Amino acid sequence: MDQVTLFQNLVTGVSLGSAYALIAIGYTMVYGILRLINFAHGDIFMMAGYFTIFAVSSFGMPWYITILFVTVVTVILGVTIEKVAYRPLRESPRMSIMISAIGVSYLLVNSATYLFTGLPRAFPQLGFLQKVYHIGDVSAPIVTFITPVVTIVILFVLLYLVNFTKIGMAMRAVSKDFEAARLMGIEINKIISITFVIGCSLAAISAILYFSPRPMVFPFSGFMPGLKCFVAAVLGGIGNIPGAVIGGFIIGLAETFLVGIFPQLTGYSDAFTFVLLIVMLLFRPTGLLGEKIAEKV
Amino acid sequence: MAFEYKRLNKTTKIILTLLLIAGCIVLTYMLDKGIIGTSYTVRIVRISVIYALIGVSMNLVNGFTGVFSLGQAGFMAIGAYTVGVLTIPLASRPNVYYLVPISEKIQDLVMPFGVALIIGGIFAAIFAALIGTPVLRLKSDYLAIATLGFSEIVRAIIANNQMWPITNGSLGLKSIPTFPSLFIPVIISTVGIAFMVLLIKSSYGRAFKAIREDEVAAEAMGINLFKHKGLSFIISAFFAGVGGGLLAAHLTAIDSNQFKIMVTYELLLIIVLGGLGSVTGTVLSSFMICSGKELLRWFDLPHSIGTWKIPIFRPGLRMVIFSLLLMTVVLFWRRGLMGRKEFSWDGIYNFLRRWPWRVRRLIRGDYSKKQEEVTPNA
Amino acid sequence: MKKISLLLILALLLTTFLVGCGGGGEEGDADNVIKIGVFEPLTGENGGGGQQEVDGIMYANSVKPTVMIDGVEYKVELIVSDNQSDKTMAVTAANYLIDQGVVAVIGSYGSGVSIAAGEVFADANVPAVGASCTNPQVTSANEWYFRVCFLDPFQGTVMANYAVQNGAKTAAVITQLGDDYSTGLGNFFMDAFKKLTGDDNSIVVNQTFQQNQADFNAILQNVRTANPDVIFAPSSITTAPLIIKQARALGITAKIMGGDTWENITIVENAGADAEGIVLSTFFDAGLADSSQIAKDFVEGFSAAYYTPVPAVSALGYDAYMVLLDAIERAGATDGDSIKAALNETDDVEGVTGSVTFDALGDAQKNMAVIKTVENGEFVFLQAVTVE
Repeated sequence: MDQVTLFQNLVTGVSLGSAYALIAIGYTMVYGILRLINFAHGDIFMMAGYFTIFAVSSFGMPWYITILFVTVVTVILGVTIEKVAYRPLRESPRMSIMISAIGVSYLLVNSATYLFTGLPRAFPQLGFLQKVYHIGDVSAPIVTFITPVVTIVILFVLLYLVNFTKIGMAMRAVSKDFEAARLMGIEINKIISITFVIGCSLAAISAILYFSPRPMVFPFSGFMPGLKCFVAAVLGGIGNIPGAVIGGFIIGLAETFLVGIFPQLTGYSDAFTFVLLIVMLLFRPTGLLGEKIAEKV
Repeated sequence: MAFEYKRLNKTTKIILTLLLIAGCIVLTYMLDKGIIGTSYTVRIVRISVIYALIGVSMNLVNGFTGVFSLGQAGFMAIGAYTVGVLTIPLASRPNVYYLVPISEKIQDLVMPFGVALIIGGIFAAIFAALIGTPVLRLKSDYLAIATLGFSEIVRAIIANNQMWPITNGSLGLKSIPTFPSLFIPVIISTVGIAFMVLLIKSSYGRAFKAIREDEVAAEAMGINLFKHKGLSFIISAFFAGVGGGLLAAHLTAIDSNQFKIMVTYELLLIIVLGGLGSVTGTVLSSFMICSGKELLRWFDLPHSIGTWKIPIFRPGLRMVIFSLLLMTVVLFWRRGLMGRKEFSWDGIYNFLRRWPWRVRRLIRGDYSKKQEEVTPNA
Repeated sequence: MKKISLLLILALLLTTFLVGCGGGGEEGDADNVIKIGVFEPLTGENGGGGQQEVDGIMYANSVKPTVMIDGVEYKVELIVSDNQSDKTMAVTAANYLIDQGVVAVIGSYGSGVSIAAGEVFADANVPAVGASCTNPQVTSANEWYFRVCFLDPFQGTVMANYAVQNGAKTAAVITQLGDDYSTGLGNFFMDAFKKLTGDDNSIVVNQTFQQNQADFNAILQNVRTANPDVIFAPSSITTAPLIIKQARALGITAKIMGGDTWENITIVENAGADAEGIVLSTFFDAGLADSSQIAKDFVEGFSAAYYTPVPAVSALGYDAYMVLLDAIERAGATDGDSIKAALNETDDVEGVTGSVTFDALGDAQKNMAVIKTVENGEFVFLQAVTVE
C-alpha cells in the first residue's frame, strides 16, 4: 500500500469511524441506563436524514437552522418512542422490551417506505460541507475532515456533562441502581428522557455528517450503520462513552483497511465487523473499557 | 354464582382430537386436489406451515429456554442452500451455474429431497454447535447480538466469490424441485413440531423451563446450564435448517439476500404474537401472520369513494398497518395469543362456556364478584 | 385495556378479511373483461424503476384499453401486484396474480424477482412478458417467459466495445454482491473486454460491494491506485449516485460507465454535476423517435400524460403490453397455451423500442442498443450500436 492510499484510507476510516462513534454513544448511553439495546436507534438516524431533506427541499431552510430543526424533530421522535414503546414495559422482562425495540425499528422502516416511497432521496448540500478539499494527493469533501473534530468536541462535552454536573451524577446513579436512585429523590423518568434527548441529538448530528459525503437516504440506510454502531459500543465496553468512540473508530478503520489491504475480500466488510464482535465477546465480553457488571440474582 | 371450571371426559377429548386430525387431513387433501381454494391459498398454507416449524424451533430457544437468540435466519440459510445444492436436477445445473461452473466434487451429487433436508438440518446443527460453544456463555443481550452477527457472517460467506462453485455466489440458486404435494411440507412440519413438543414435555424440557425462570436457581438445582442451553440451541438450529430447506423447495429460487436479519425479526414477531413459550400459539400466529400479510394486500391498492381517490391507499400501507398491529400486541397484549398456555379441549370448552355465564352476570348487574371466576391450573 | 385492544385487533382483522374478500369478489363479473397482471416492484430497492415501468404499461392501457378476441371486444383490466423487490415476496405476489385470474403477466423490473416468479407462472400455465429484465436466466429454461428487451451478454459486449473503441486499455469493475443483474452484467462486460483488448489482465480491479452500502471510498481508493481507463459499475439507482459522487470527490477522472438501470433522471438529480460525462447503455432514445411513427406518438403521448424525459423502461413497458395484446388477438382465445403459442409466433411486431420477434427462448431479437451520456444535467444520445 503506497503512502497516498494509506493516508486516504486513514482519512476515510477516521471520518467514517467518527460518524459511527456519534451513533454508538446513543446506544451506549441508553444501554448504560436502561440495559436496553435500542434496536430502533439506527432507524431514528435514518429518519433524521429524511428530516434534513425536508427541511432543505420543502422549507428551504438555511443550513444552520436546518441543523437545529433536524435535531429538535429527531429528539421529539426519540423521546416519543421512549414514552410510548419503552416506558410501559420497564418492569417487564428484558426480552419483551428488546422485542418492542425491534418492533419500533420494523415500524419506522415500513413507515419510511410508505411515506417517502422506496425511491432513494438525495441528501441536500449543506453550506460548505460537500466542497472537495485537497491535502497533497489526499482529497475528500470538507465534511470528512470536520467529522472527527465534531466527534471529539462532543465527546469532551459529554464527559464533562456526565462527570461534573448534577444531571450527570443523577445519570450515573440511575445506571448503577434504579431503586436506590429513586429513593435518593432522582426523577428516573426525567433522567431517562434526558438520555434519549442526548442520544437522539447525536443521531441527528451524525446523520448530517454521515449523509453529506454519502448523499443518498432510503428506508434501509439506517439499518447497517445501526448494527455496526451497536457493535462499536460493545467493542468499546457498553455503557462507556469514550469506549463507544474508540469502538466507532476501530470499526471505521477496520472496515476501510480490510478493503484496502485485501481487495479480494471487499464483500466481507460487513461480516468482518461481526467477526470482530464475536472475537471480542469471547476474549473480553465487557469490551475494551467496560467494567464487569455483577449479575444480580 | 361462581364460574365452575369443568373438564371434559377423556373419551370426548380423544374423539375431538381424532376429529381434528381427520379434519386437517381432509382439508389438506381438498386443498391439494384443488377442491377448495386456489394455488394462492395453497401457497399461503405452505408458507404458513414452514414458518410454523421454524417459529416453534425459535420458540424452543427463546420462549422455553429463555435464551435470546437472533440467529435463525443464518441456520435457515444453511439448510436452504444445502437442499438447493443437493437437489437441483443434473440437467438444470449448467444453466444455474452459468457464470462459474459448479465444483467438480459436487457436480454429480444429487440426493432425494428427504435426505437433503436432513443433511441440511445436520449442517445447521453442526454450525450451531460450533458457534454455540463460545456464544452460549454470554449473557442475554450479548448473546442476541452475537447470534445476529453470526447469521450475517453466514450470509456473507454464501454470497462471496470464494464459495461460488458451491453456492453460485451472488446469482443464487434456481430450479430447485418443489413439493409434488401439499402433504409433504405439512407432514414434515408436523413431525418436527411433534418432536419438539415431546422434548419440551420430557425432563429436558423441564430443565429448559427451569433455566428460563431462573438460571442461578436452576444451576443450584443441579441442572447443567451449558449442556441444556446447548442442546436446545442445536435442536432449534436443526429444525431451522430443515425449515430453511422446506423454504428452498417452496420458493424454488433462493439467494443470500432472502436470509437477512429482517427474516429473524419477522419470526420473532410471530412467536411474540403467539406467546413466548407456547407451541400452539406459534403455530396459530404463523398462520395468522402469513395469511394476514396477504389479506392486508388490499391496502396497497388504490381505492376511491365515487370519483375521489383516497390518498392514503398506496403501496406500503399494508406493511405499516402490519407493524402497527404487532406493536399493539407487544405493548398492550404482552402475553400474545396464548401466553404460555397450550391449546386444550378443556380450555376451549370452558372458554365457550364462560361467555354465556358472563352475559348472565351482566344481566344481573353483578359485577362485584369478579374474583369468583376461578381457573384451576389446567 | 387488554380486552379492549384484543377486541380491536380482532375487529380490525375481521374487517380486513371481509373487505379483502369483498374487494376480490367485486370484479370479474362482467363477461367481456380480461385481466392482465402487472408484476412490478413498487417498494423496496427497485421501487422507483418499477413505478416508471408501471406508468408505461398504464399509458399503453389508456391507448389501447380493449382487445378483440374472436370477434368479441374485451376490456383489459390491469392488476398490479407489488413484489417489493424481494424474491420471497415475489413468489407470493406472483401467486396473487394467478389467484386473481390473470390470463398473462407483464414484468418485472429487476431480473431476480422475475427469475424467482418464473416457475409460478410456468406452473400455472400463464405466459409472462418481461419488459426490462435483462438477465439471461429469466427466459432460459422457462418456456412461459418472454421479454421485449435485449440481454445482458449483449449489453456487456456493447459497453466493452464502446470502451475499447474510445481507447480504453484497462477497466475496473464494481458489482453488487447478491444481485443477479449487477453480477451477471459485470461478468459479461469483463469477458467481452478481455476478449477485445486481447489482454487477460486488462481488468485491473474487480470489487464487490454489499446491498445498502453507502461508503465506497475504500473500494474507490483501490480503483484510484490501479488507475484504470474506465470504471464499469452496473448498479441500482440507489447506489449509482453514491459511487459517482465519491469517485469524483476522490479525484478519479476515469470514465464511469453503467448499464440500463442508469438511464433514470434521479441519478442525474442526485449526483448533480458529478454525473456529467457518465456513459450508459439503454434501450431507446426519444431523439431517434423521428424515424418511427409509433415511437413519435408514444413520446408525445407519454410526455403529455406523465412526465419527461421518457424513461426507457416506460417505453419497454408499453411495448410489452402491445406485444402481449397483439398475441392475444392473434390467439383468439384467453387460455395460456394459445397465448403462449401466439407469443412464440410473434414476428416483427413494431414497437417503440424497435421491432419484436421472439426467438426459441422467448427473447426479442434485438441487436441495437443506445449509448448515452450526461451533459448539462440531461441524457444525451451518443451513438446507436448494432452488433450482429
